[in-house]
Amino acid sequence: MITVNIERCGHCGACVAVCPTNSIELIESCLRIGDTCTTCATCVTVCPVGALTAEGEP
Amino acid sequence: MRDEYDVVVVGAGPGGSIAARTAAEECDVLLIEKRQEIGSPVRCAEGVKKTGLQKFIQPDEKWIAGEPECARIYSPDGTMVELSEALSQALVGSEVGYVLERKLFDRELAKSAARAGAHVMVRTRATGLIIKDDVVQGVKINRLGEDFDIRAKVVIGADGVESKVGRWAGINTTLKLKDIGSCAQYYMTNVDASEDYCDFYLGSPVQGGYAWVFPKGDKTANIGLGVVASRLNGKRSIDYLDEFVSKIFPEGQPVELVMGAVPVSDELKSTIANGLMLVGDAAHHCDPLTGGGVINAMEGGKIAGDVARKAVRENDAATKVLTEYETTWRASFGKKLKRNYKVKEFFIRLSDEELNKLARSIQGAKIEEMTSAGLLKHLLKANPKLLLGIRHLL
Repeated sequence: MITVNIERCGHCGACVAVCPTNSIELIESCLRIGDTCTTCATCVTVCPVGALTAEGEP
Repeated sequence: MRDEYDVVVVGAGPGGSIAARTAAEECDVLLIEKRQEIGSPVRCAEGVKKTGLQKFIQPDEKWIAGEPECARIYSPDGTMVELSEALSQALVGSEVGYVLERKLFDRELAKSAARAGAHVMVRTRATGLIIKDDVVQGVKINRLGEDFDIRAKVVIGADGVESKVGRWAGINTTLKLKDIGSCAQYYMTNVDASEDYCDFYLGSPVQGGYAWVFPKGDKTANIGLGVVASRLNGKRSIDYLDEFVSKIFPEGQPVELVMGAVPVSDELKSTIANGLMLVGDAAHHCDPLTGGGVINAMEGGKIAGDVARKAVRENDAATKVLTEYETTWRASFGKKLKRNYKVKEFFIRLSDEELNKLARSIQGAKIEEMTSAGLLKHLLKANPKLLLGIRHLL
């Protein structure tokens, strides 16, 4: 599962751009991870501030 | 609410607004922006070429924060190469830079679209496309929590680096980690940066990217960096930025933190589908070498707007008609994108020592073109062996 640290997220959309399953939605300051996420963690790498964390199984 | 337009443009950045403005001269146009405020928050280093900009809008001091006349490039050991256009201005015309105030600039462009007749909606997000018989026939939108279907003859997706519009139509715009720059920037005050220079820092600690200092007057500047995401080495862009700032401007204090991402990819195979065109970052129209995207987005927006008018006039927006968009942008700025992607792929592999060697080889040379092509020409001449791999590109 991918979790979002909202205290860090800068709402820039980098994670949305790299998500291979198109599972992330950015709405203003709200980042939503959809249930098609496979926890591949590509979004974790690209985030400029490290707001995303991958934990355990998808 | 009206549920049918000739053209719907998704995203009111520079590409979307110019597309909407161009199409609105002849068609009914709706321009939607998912944020509640066009232009904010900023996700940009704000440096642009003067001549590129002036084609689309009369410069206004309201949204111009700086006009640096030269660029300085620093290699990892501090060797500096200066690019100046001052001396060649009289001969080839001014191509020096503006540092924009994007918040105000983007609003101005959206206003110009509205003045041309476009309807504008903010806090209005595209949630999907209306597709029938393999043809995009409109956009599903959510405005302030309510869902609507808006039918359109042509849809223009200008929804930025996080574009969904293309993917909904079957165009794979997902970026690989090696093809996206992860960026962080402070707008800082108490910064002793020269107002005459845009500065670029290559190599360590920012390997696989570069750091920049763009002056915005009154001892302020945009100080940021971008690193290709596959080269972050377990660190975050903000870590590299804090390290850079503490070294170069220890007295600087941030007024704003900007985060963002920029496509630095090879060109997309297709930027159209039946009834759909992609513009700007959504179409990966950023320069993969510099990361600059504003001017290309506006160029692409203009072309898309013109082609949309034609499609509406002929009542046919099949790919056969929209191919004109594709061929026009490829013949215009597409050639440079293609070349600069290869140049980027080459330069990104150079070591600190090689970058130092390159910088030393042209140190003191009078480079009177403030462009990447001008710089490359000089580098090639001085380093034919080291740069053998990109020689054929110039």
